[in-house]
Order: sequence, then structure tokens, then C-alpha cells
Amino acid sequence: MSQLWREAGKQTLPVMFGYLPLGAAFGIVAIEVGVPWYAAAVMSLIIYAGAGQFLAITLLAAGAGLTEVAVATIMLNSRHTFYGLSLLKRFQGAGWRKPYMIFALTDETYSLLTSQSTYSHALAFRVSLLNQLWWCTGTLIGIAVGSAQLFNSQGIEFALTALFIVLTLEQAKRLRQSLPFVIALATGLGAVLLLPERHLLLGAIGSASLLLLVHYRFSQRRGDHHAV
Amino acid sequence: MLSDPIWQLIMVCALATFATRVLPFVALSRQADNPLILHLGRYLPPAVMLILVIYALRDFTPLVPNWRLNMGDDGLPLLVASLMVAGMHLWRRNALLSIMLGTGAYMLMVQLGWSG
Repeated sequence: MSQLWREAGKQTLPVMFGYLPLGAAFGIVAIEVGVPWYAAAVMSLIIYAGAGQFLAITLLAAGAGLTEVAVATIMLNSRHTFYGLSLLKRFQGAGWRKPYMIFALTDETYSLLTSQSTYSHALAFRVSLLNQLWWCTGTLIGIAVGSAQLFNSQGIEFALTALFIVLTLEQAKRLRQSLPFVIALATGLGAVLLLPERHLLLGAIGSASLLLLVHYRFSQRRGDHHAV
Repeated sequence: MLSDPIWQLIMVCALATFATRVLPFVALSRQADNPLILHLGRYLPPAVMLILVIYALRDFTPLVPNWRLNMGDDGLPLLVASLMVAGMHLWRRNALLSIMLGTGAYMLMVQLGWSG
């Protein structure tokens, strides 16, 4: 049992180095925009989504309505739905651990679980749990630093942009195909140029999904099974 | 306590986030091998990731009036820091290093008012 924890600890080490500063960045930004410290901590405990939590405090600061918040959160996190799709088989038979493993399915946990050479539910559960522990610890550190105003944190929100850039490069290295990136460039830039800010993300992700559906139909017709 | 807007917002965010994660497991558990699902599962995540990069950089403005370079927080620091993150990540492939370097550089540039 302790060997499983050790293995999980080893696997989550790179995520720890990412989640501690990023969680801290979240804590600092939350305090900066006036979120009470306990609310920021609860967010990392029950929402547990990096980009989603940054978006939530942005919307909170902007005084957005609950419907807007729900729609924006679902759109931003819709990628998790597709992560789940590729884990349907893997998570089969995970029993009592399954609800938590689904709840804790972040970008980083997903990439760890899908790159494990030997998969077991017991190990996957520990990896998921440790990752959230790093995230919550980072948040608490950020809350402490932000409340004490130890340093000027202006510009720290760039950590999120940097995270997205890194994740995109990781996806590109894993996939080694240009198709989704060409589609994302077209729909993303198109949305920036054509759509008002509040519909931007929805418009870009929605039209990217549509283009992928069209591409699927064409590759089916050609009998091109590599694309599937 | 639960009538406080901030708790309502947190609950809505928590439920919406969990919904996106649990949806495939409740709705599509019998469709795990459907080729369309596999197709989307393969191509949508990388597309979404790049869209998020574009979204995060949407306010980028290279020039201010009179064709002067924009040195503010939505100007060149954004571009320089992003290129640093990408370059560093292609070189060393260490996520933490890339993120910390880029963020540190960005904070320095916007706080010290990188003079143009």
C-alpha cells in the first residue's frame, strides 16, 4: 500500500511543481480581486479546475449573472467531456473510487492517467488525490502570500496563458498531426475578429466541433480509417 | 450563508464543472467504441487547447496610436513572454520551468514599465 503511494507521489511530482505555483497564483489573484480567503479555498476544494476557477473570479469581479457563469464554465471545461470519453473503458470497474476520479479529472491528471504504462485503479485514485492536494496546498500558500501583500503580484495572471501554451505544445507532441491546430487557428482567430467577447469562446469551440464533424463525415466517405 | 452571491456562484461553477466531467460516463458509457466519439475525443482536446491560447491573447495590441510600439500589459510583453514560454518548452520540455520563466518575465516587464 505505501508502495502505491510512493509510486503515485513520484508520478505526480511534475504536477506538484506546476500546481503549487499555479494554485498560489489563483490564491493571490482571488485575494487581489476581493474574494474572501475561505471562499477561494472552498473553490479549490469543490470546483477544482484551474482555468475554470480563474474564469469564476473574473466573472465574480465583473458581477456576471449565474446563467452566464454556468454557460461560460461549461464551455471552458467542455474539453473535460472529451477526456472522459477516452477514459470510459479505463475507469470501468473502479468502484467506489470512480466518482472521485471523475470529479478530479483535470488536464494534468488526465495526461498522467493516460500515459501510465501499468494502469491500476488504486494507483490512478492516489494520483488523482495527490494532484488535488498539491492544488489546494498551492491555493493556501497563495492566500497567505496575497493577504500578507508580500510582493507586487501585478502580471501573475500570465501563468494561465503560459499553462495553455505549454498544454498546446504537449498536445501537439502527442498527436503529431496539424488538423486540429489548423481548425483551432481558423475558428479562434475568426471568433476574435468577428464575435463579441462574451460569445468568443463558445463560438470558437462550437465551430471547431462542427468542422471536426464535417471532417469525420468526409474521412468516412473516403474510407480513410487513419483519421478515426 | 448559502444566499450569499459568492456561494451561489461557487456552487454553480462546481456543478457545471462536474457536469462536464461526468457527462460521458453517464450518457455515453455504451458508446465508448463509437468511431465518431473516438474521432472527437482524439481531435477536440488539442483544438480546444490552442483556442484557449488564442483566447488568452485576444487583447494583444502591438501598436498604440502614432505607430508606436505598445509596451503595456496587452502589448509587446504579452508577445515576448509567450514566445519565451514556447521556446523554453520546446527546448527543455519542463512545464514548470517554461511557465515560471514566462510569468516572471511578464511580471518584470509590466511592473518595471519596460521603456520603449
